[in-house]
Amino acid sequence: METAIKIKNLNVFAGKTQILHDINVEIPKNKITVILGPSGCGKTTLLKCMNRLTDLYPELKVSGEILINEKNIFEPGADISKLRQSMGLLSQRPYPLPMTIYNNIAYALKLRGIRGRRKQSILVMDYLRQANLYEEVRKRLREPASRLSIGQQQRLCLARGLAVNPDIILADEPTSALDPISSRFIDEKFQEIKPHFTIVVVTHVLRQARRIADNVIFMYMGEVVEQGPAKDFFENPQEEKTKSYLEGMFN
Amino acid sequence: MKRTLKAEETFFRILMNLTTAIILIILGIIIYSVFEKGMKALSWEMLTSVPSGGYYYGKGGGILNAIVGSLVLAIGATVLAFVIGLPVALYMNVFLVRRKKLVNLIRFILDLIWGVPSIVYGAFGFTLMVFIGLQTSLLAGIITVTLFILPIMIRSMDEILRTVPMGLSEATYSLGSNKSELAFKIFTRQSVSGIITAVLLSFGRAIGDAASVLFTAGYTDNLPNSLMEPVATLPLSIFFQLASPVPEVQARAYASALVLTVIILIVSLFSRGLGKRYHKTKINF
Repeated sequence: METAIKIKNLNVFAGKTQILHDINVEIPKNKITVILGPSGCGKTTLLKCMNRLTDLYPELKVSGEILINEKNIFEPGADISKLRQSMGLLSQRPYPLPMTIYNNIAYALKLRGIRGRRKQSILVMDYLRQANLYEEVRKRLREPASRLSIGQQQRLCLARGLAVNPDIILADEPTSALDPISSRFIDEKFQEIKPHFTIVVVTHVLRQARRIADNVIFMYMGEVVEQGPAKDFFENPQEEKTKSYLEGMFN
Repeated sequence: MKRTLKAEETFFRILMNLTTAIILIILGIIIYSVFEKGMKALSWEMLTSVPSGGYYYGKGGGILNAIVGSLVLAIGATVLAFVIGLPVALYMNVFLVRRKKLVNLIRFILDLIWGVPSIVYGAFGFTLMVFIGLQTSLLAGIITVTLFILPIMIRSMDEILRTVPMGLSEATYSLGSNKSELAFKIFTRQSVSGIITAVLLSFGRAIGDAASVLFTAGYTDNLPNSLMEPVATLPLSIFFQLASPVPEVQARAYASALVLTVIILIVSLFSRGLGKRYHKTKINF
């Protein structure tokens, strides 16, 4: 099993409070890894460390290593734009860019260096189709993306995330604000595209984790309690905390 | 317990209604008196001609010099302040996002200089003019008024840009954008209507202020034709006419005030319409 992301001795402090304690995990390539745990256990922070969005928050102090393709992303001089481009982000709430539906995707394509109207237009349609959005929006491509419903916006964000042609997809509770149909679509989409991507999904919903996970990282209070293939994790948990979480003792 | 809560709520509701009513009544009185006194003296001649000899003693002519002068000066200053102010506000909110203390210090300083009376800007502008050897002129007026409205422009844009959600920054960065792209392509777009409001607010201050142009722009009975020559402005025109002992000229002062009020009204309605339209139709680049 090939490793896509390797995290070594990662510690994150917010002021004097330690949010993440000595995280050591490996995320396998072309699989869906679910980071599972109750609210406030540091799942999202861990995810944001991976594409260095933690840089935006001055109060967060990060130490340790995250290796992607054997390269530490925290090394000075690392190309952050390129790093982030290699990871599509799907956040808890969709954030469409303040432009038209079409341009939301075209913007991502331009950043990827794709020029030429024809080429862009073909790719925009293609990514919209991949996100199962094309039929719904094909007559309103020139309307502001903010007019779409939340579920449509999230699919647009998925299309946009795919349009930068990433290797990794980071998803932070991507379905928590969505209607059941859009949620199911996103879960199914992850299954469908995982041969080509490494997918990391943060969730606190046990059912979702059972449904989509190949690999699970279980976190509690800023520490990784247990990690491993989903089958072992759900059927034969090793730690007491995992067992009680799976039985629904705390959430 | 329930009773006191209800009494409290009633009390504050009455208080709010009362203050709102007071503000509206004062505004109504101002607008009414300006219209009432101004409409009588307002004539087509006043809007379309410059003062002829003896205008300030009640003879013919108009205030076209001041209308055009004020518009040119205020537009010039607003454009200049916008060109300088927008990058500053973006810089504060995109590039300095990690330096919260520094940004708060900048905000504090801007708020302080926002509160400086405009006559002080007038005096400062005058000193500056003497220093660089500039005479009372349109250019000197524009520079001074720009300095005067700059803190207003920056802070009102800053307040809008602050409200751009962090998630949008994260989403934009994670597509591989750099900071300039985030600032100029995303933040500005997200805040279009707020930025228009900031520009409008600054324009209103620029066109309505008398003290800052008193020494710097000067006054003239001619239409502005050069950056280097003095220019007339509506507030000063009102001031000079109101100071006249002739009742007819005083009435013209109210007519001039009416013109100024209507200009601000038109600009604000226009900008609102523009802001709304921008929101609704396609936004493209």
